[in-house]
Amino acid sequence: MKPMFSPAEIRKDFPIFSKVMRGDNRLVYLDSGATSQKPFQVLDAERKFYETSNAAVHRGAHLLAEEASIAYEGARQVLAYFLNAELDEVIFTKSATESINALAYSFGNSDANSRFSLKPGDRIVVSELEHHANLIPWQQLAKRTGAELAWFSIGSDGRLDQSEIDSLINEKTKIVAITHQSNVLGTIVPLEKIVKHAHSVGAVVVLDACQSAPHFAIDVKTLGVDFLAFSGHKALGPTGIGILWGRSEYLNQMEPFLTGGSMIETATMTEAKWAQSPKRFEAGVPNMAQAIGFAAAINYLNNLGMENVAKHEKDLTAYALDKFKDLDKVKLIGPKDNVDRGSVISFTIEGIHPHDVGQVLDQYGVAVRTGHHCAWPLMRKLGLGGTTRASFYVYNDEADVDVLIHSILKAQKYFKV
Amino acid sequence: MELDSLYQEVILDHYKHPLNKELKSQFTAQVHHVNPSCGDEITLNVTIENQIVTSVSWDGVGCSISQASTSIASDLMIGKNLDQALVIVESFSDLMSSKGTKTGDEEILEDGVALAGVSKFPARIKCALLGWMAFKDAAIQSSKN
Repeated sequence: MKPMFSPAEIRKDFPIFSKVMRGDNRLVYLDSGATSQKPFQVLDAERKFYETSNAAVHRGAHLLAEEASIAYEGARQVLAYFLNAELDEVIFTKSATESINALAYSFGNSDANSRFSLKPGDRIVVSELEHHANLIPWQQLAKRTGAELAWFSIGSDGRLDQSEIDSLINEKTKIVAITHQSNVLGTIVPLEKIVKHAHSVGAVVVLDACQSAPHFAIDVKTLGVDFLAFSGHKALGPTGIGILWGRSEYLNQMEPFLTGGSMIETATMTEAKWAQSPKRFEAGVPNMAQAIGFAAAINYLNNLGMENVAKHEKDLTAYALDKFKDLDKVKLIGPKDNVDRGSVISFTIEGIHPHDVGQVLDQYGVAVRTGHHCAWPLMRKLGLGGTTRASFYVYNDEADVDVLIHSILKAQKYFKV
Repeated sequence: MELDSLYQEVILDHYKHPLNKELKSQFTAQVHHVNPSCGDEITLNVTIENQIVTSVSWDGVGCSISQASTSIASDLMIGKNLDQALVIVESFSDLMSSKGTKTGDEEILEDGVALAGVSKFPARIKCALLGWMAFKDAAIQSSKN
């Protein structure tokens, strides 16, 4: 039998939790939505690669190059399995931001007769929930090509309004780029209807899975989307590594974004022919140690079990939502019920600016995110300058939520509100 | 507590009762500054006549540090001649980059010295400087107009 899910045990794997924070407090890390902490299994995997197998992958005839290539391709296998994807569909990038830009530039570089090319009159659909990483690349692609940018609105409950889907995703729509889970509100976007609509008009669906893939099981075949991006550093992995997943039949028709070494099949002084995916999109010596660290992080999550991770976070969110109900002059921003929502709690405190809230919380060892969370249009829509956001992960427990609540009360006392 | 060095009573007072926080319709220059990392925004109007700062008014949204700091700056600048005002801005910038090693010259900065503690919190220095940089920008623009 598997042991009970124990954040206290899990924290022992994360060296950072031995750090003493301001006010001689322990670290209560509630900012995993920005980046997660790393277990020693990940740090060790990176270090071991550098110490024993470091060489440029897919080049060189020596033992190290061989071992490095095996380790790097092994990491791809771990990621492919994690997403239930095919091996040639998993591309390592440096970040989710790069993954989405790679798509946007690839589409923008397409021949006029390609299904991915955009022209004036075509449409790209996003939503008001988007993080800048899944908004600005599409906004700028629209500008460069003359295509029109349209978007799903959200309701006051922080949920996506799908009532206009018929007119929004119309026959002119080429791309629907949408977040799986809002980094600000925690809203999980139901995809079924969107995917069905997009496909019925011949559009492709790009999913920003940065806030979902680290927190619950993702199966690209079930989701039915066409492209997906997420980053390693939000999933216990290193910085500098991300994933772009796409259907192989699409990837092999697409223009690369970065060109250079390793991504060509043949090259002359004047011409080049692209390799098949994934190499087609992995120009240059890749971030090998980071890919291997990323795989170690995924293995760590697999050992915990993504179902268990999801259940733990759901239970913890329920506990926190319940505690927040008792707070006076504290407003929860986003879905108030625990349905189709992730482990992110955004809130405002009457009379205290989020930055000041964060500052007082920091005095109690509580690390939260404050501000507009790289989702400025969403903030404007909500009529807010910013929020304070607590986001949970595998190493958080009810005691952490209790410290958060206690610190909020202290902040209110400090600012006399 | 460490926090007390950041949030001095005088700062909280300025935050709750900010000075000159109502834009005047008459001005010789108007600027709009934002702090893109946190979303704080400020619009600031100045009137400078014969090298004298006769009016500073502002409006904006932001944290207690940015709001109090702008309030203090606006109060300090009114009535000064332009050169003096810019010396005060430099003195405040210098204090903010002191990493907690300076207490500030009360003769020059008056209530501004209450913000000395901010220099120990790198993430908040930009908050404290927002209004001062807006004033400096406006003053330079005004003298060009």
